[in-house]
Amino acid sequence: MAEITEPAWRARGVRRRSTRTWRIRTSAVITLAVGLAVLLVPPLVQLDEQAVDLAAKLQPPSLAHPFGTDDVGRDLLLRCVYGLRVSLLVGLVAAVVATVIGTAVGAAAGAFGGRVDRLVMRLVDLFSSVPHLLLGIFIVAMFRPGVWPVVISVALTHWLSTARIVRAEVLSLRARPYVDAAISGGASRVRVAVRHLLPGVLPQAGLAAVLMVPHAVWHESALSFLGLGLPTHQASLGTLVQSARGSLLAGDWWPTLFPGLFIIVPTLAIAGLAGAWRERLNPRRRSELML
Amino acid sequence: MLELDAITAGYERGKPVIAGISLTVQPGESVGLLGPSGCGKSTLARVAALLHRPDAGRVVIDGTEAGGWRHRAPRAQRTAFGVVFQQPRLSADPRLTLADLIAEPLRANGRSGEPADKVREFAARVGLTEDLLGRRPHEVSDGQLQRACVARALILRPRWLVCDEMTAMLDASTTAALVHAVESYRTETGAGLLAVGHDRVLLNRWCDRTVDWSTLAS
Repeated sequence: MAEITEPAWRARGVRRRSTRTWRIRTSAVITLAVGLAVLLVPPLVQLDEQAVDLAAKLQPPSLAHPFGTDDVGRDLLLRCVYGLRVSLLVGLVAAVVATVIGTAVGAAAGAFGGRVDRLVMRLVDLFSSVPHLLLGIFIVAMFRPGVWPVVISVALTHWLSTARIVRAEVLSLRARPYVDAAISGGASRVRVAVRHLLPGVLPQAGLAAVLMVPHAVWHESALSFLGLGLPTHQASLGTLVQSARGSLLAGDWWPTLFPGLFIIVPTLAIAGLAGAWRERLNPRRRSELML
Repeated sequence: MLELDAITAGYERGKPVIAGISLTVQPGESVGLLGPSGCGKSTLARVAALLHRPDAGRVVIDGTEAGGWRHRAPRAQRTAFGVVFQQPRLSADPRLTLADLIAEPLRANGRSGEPADKVREFAARVGLTEDLLGRRPHEVSDGQLQRACVARALILRPRWLVCDEMTAMLDASTTAALVHAVESYRTETGAGLLAVGHDRVLLNRWCDRTVDWSTLAS
């Protein structure tokens, strides 16, 4: 009698699903832990992250300082948490602003079409033709170092992909008969856009915003690392890595390693969650990290 | 009177789907337009309802030439037409409840003060029960959704109705109910009707006269 075996594809599907669940759970746990840490540590732990203790400078990780101390004796764990807090805040605000700009521009291009569409999309092409980071550097260079120039710089360089996605989505929604029905019912252009088209693209726009947070954090880090972003005394993931360069050359690895991990791990976790959300929105497309 | 005069229309420049088609519907008259799939009858219906800009030709509504198409058409001319499409799923915004769907034209015309009663009145005309009005399109059947679409088309009391394969997706009893709803609206208001379809028996029973696409195209 022939033995009944599990079809190979089914076994493969199960394994794929379980690794996916595992990935989503890990991402969720990390994101939650990071969220709690940046929200709760500063108000609950009454320690000054700026407190200088030259007697304890550049100490390797120990029980008193799990991440060690930097070149002026500041506790690196505390600095990393504060830095992550600033970087995430900058990333979040920049991502939201970029998504709002991108959604408005994309929706306008898609809803009005014709000349408006062509003009707007050429503008998008123009912006896209310059590397993000170069344009971002140009923008921060116009201001004094601080949080807002970085937010503006990241937001103004990241709305392009959202605009493209939203425009494409609006174009496909616009051809639906329910838009014809609305026009026939006397709806104005603005009403069609706001009532029928925009709600249809909001899930996509929300997803774009979440996917953009990691990217925005990386950009903030890059700008700060280059010395163009946040002022050096302000702990952010970028400034921490930047000020650790000197110690790294002297063989002290911890001031670089821990902030580096803080840049990579939380952002990958957020990206993992966003990927899961995207799979729910569009299950047919195989997900990969779009960063 | 609704006059379609030498209409040439298509979706790509230089490749008209219909060329030089003329058709007239008298006030209060119902005209059935018969034609095989893909012949362009739906395109003609969309031109008639001012939803598609023709490459050439003109549309004259009650003696006034159409001032534009889609959003460019004056609101009074656009709303003179009640339009029902073939596929209710695609012609209903999936986020609106049936009550909102039916009330949408009132709101779009700044008449949001009156919906509640009016929506109930028109829902009753097409045979929708109260409990269905709070549901969204995915929670009702195609037939129920098409009833809501007919109510939406009638609620502004248009002088002209354009039904593009309105009953193609429906069973016999829903077809009968919706044709009855349209006809009772027409006897009450004297609205004219352009019904597009491929079902000769239905259109012969329904309309004052039926026109065969082949006679128009020649």
